[in-house]
Amino acid sequence: MRKIRYADALNEALIEEMARDERVFVIGEDVDLYGGVFKLTRHLVERFGPDRVVGTPISEEGFVGLAVGAAMTGLRPVVEIMYMDFIMLAMDQMVNQMAKLRYMSGGQFPMSVTIRAQAGAGTAEAAQHSQSLEAWFMHVPGIKVIMPATVYDAKGLLKSAIRDNNPVVVIENRVLFYDFEEVPEGEWIVPLGKADIARTGSDVTVVAMGYARRKALAAAEQLDGEISVEVIDPRTIQPLDLETIVASVRKTGRLLIVHEAPTCCGVGAEIVRQVVAEAFHYLDAPPQVLGGADLPMPFSPPLEQACLPQEATIVSAVRKLREG
Amino acid sequence: MSAEVAHSKTSKAVKEMRSRLLKRMITIRRFEERVKVLYRAKEITGAIHLYIGEEATAVGTCEALEPGDYVTSTHRSHGHCIARGLDLKRMMAEMMGRETGVSRGRGGSMHQFDISLGFLGGNGIVGGGIALAAGAAFSAKYRKTDRVAACFFSEGGANQGVLFESLNMASLWKLPVIYVCENNRYAATTPVEKSVCSQDIAPRAEPFGVPWSIADGNDVMDVYRHASDAVARARQGGGPTFIECKTYRIEPHCGIIADGRDKSEVALWRSAEKDPITRFENLLVTESILVREELAEVRKEVERELDEAIEFARQSPFPAPETAGDALWAD
Repeated sequence: MRKIRYADALNEALIEEMARDERVFVIGEDVDLYGGVFKLTRHLVERFGPDRVVGTPISEEGFVGLAVGAAMTGLRPVVEIMYMDFIMLAMDQMVNQMAKLRYMSGGQFPMSVTIRAQAGAGTAEAAQHSQSLEAWFMHVPGIKVIMPATVYDAKGLLKSAIRDNNPVVVIENRVLFYDFEEVPEGEWIVPLGKADIARTGSDVTVVAMGYARRKALAAAEQLDGEISVEVIDPRTIQPLDLETIVASVRKTGRLLIVHEAPTCCGVGAEIVRQVVAEAFHYLDAPPQVLGGADLPMPFSPPLEQACLPQEATIVSAVRKLREG
Repeated sequence: MSAEVAHSKTSKAVKEMRSRLLKRMITIRRFEERVKVLYRAKEITGAIHLYIGEEATAVGTCEALEPGDYVTSTHRSHGHCIARGLDLKRMMAEMMGRETGVSRGRGGSMHQFDISLGFLGGNGIVGGGIALAAGAAFSAKYRKTDRVAACFFSEGGANQGVLFESLNMASLWKLPVIYVCENNRYAATTPVEKSVCSQDIAPRAEPFGVPWSIADGNDVMDVYRHASDAVARARQGGGPTFIECKTYRIEPHCGIIADGRDKSEVALWRSAEKDPITRFENLLVTESILVREELAEVRKEVERELDEAIEFARQSPFPAPETAGDALWAD
């Protein structure tokens, strides 16, 4: 075993997949010269050249659309969006074009596009650099969505995304970028659509995605001996591994979902809907969602932290659910 | 080879090419006139955007392309489809929402595709094909082919910001794109004078370092010459070109409900001096390339093909409801 960072894992995945398949190319702002502002694409241009590592003007709509056209003609673009907030500028290309052209053509066109979007909150960057928009893409038929929360998953899921023949939005959490973790040598794949049972337990099921996974695990640890908490990281939001979540709820009868994105119409709400439809009679208490505040993210650190789920608020929510 | 034989070979080739252009334009015109009838009879439903009056632009441009090249189209796509050679039967079936349609009934009038012809589809978003064309051109270059991408959009689409993002990248990276701006003078119901701040649109390419020209969009040979130059430049690695084709949308924006345009304006563009098909027919007769009887023969053949297409579509099944989810995901 060796220790690498989340950012290294993403970088390794890109290098391995580019070496494996010549149709794979990387495109986005600053991806060539400095390896992107977070250095996730460093060493790529030296190894694969500027034809396959394409630094772009600040034109999200243009270069995402370009990637979609390239995919229709047989390439496998990997697009980097510097901050997920900037993805809004490319929404027409992603929602009207990327997600639909294959379907509208009766299945004629390939559409292997990986959109890597850096997201996360807690770094005091205010409302236009702190959003996590997974719910928007989960809502659009034709797009898969993944949220790797560990170093191991960052590499394994990104490799699966690049090999997938469908559009995949990869939400990479910048708060995790510099986290070290022990991982194996060489290559590995984490399949899309498979949740990870991060901790087993018998009293309460906590489904936590992205950075919330870590907070949920810390909360579970704190509650150890008092309440037995099972923590499930869906890893893939679309398609969702409902089976694993429902199996856990059947065991515990109690469900809490934690995410950093605003609560209203969030992924948590959708998971509740699906679980209630599948396992209503197994529930011993109303399922709850502990999401981010329904506010634009404030800048000032105390305000920002107040708007995010925390270990302490998760602990309270689990206790309340246990009592209910 | 004697000069006489050479001359007769040349004139044979000229005649074939001119006849092909004429037949394609007539096919577009008649396809849509028959679509209007089918729409009134409710055999075709949904949104239809007719290209009548603009035929020379699609046909002249596509004549300059080769197999393997790419085309992106617009919501007003029938003309581009026919000019690129999509199968009329399967197009008509798509219009009627049948399983045998080019897009298996999932797309309809605005979303006809044919991967085998590099036809990357109509698009329901004005300007929606512009970045896709840059991507297809990028792909052609990436794969070290000499293929090019023709990108159709209107003067309406020319006001979308994605055009400027795409022009910049196409120029920076010398992408083989032929931008064909069909200035048909109306964006939905808004006249060009109210939506474009200058007389011409093509000079917008100038600051991007993209060569541009203005063609008579109702003269199929003029469009063909402009497009051929652009295609040659793109194939040789010279990058993109911007061509503005001045033309006119005879029909209302959508469907067959009349809009409030001045009737005399429409009549002018329908006149023998302006109409792209009548102009070309008269030219061919004047230049003794075709005689009147041959023109009539072309029209008869087109009607026959359209009869077959409509019959094929009518006989084709609708998609089975349980197949609605097919084709969303690739394996």
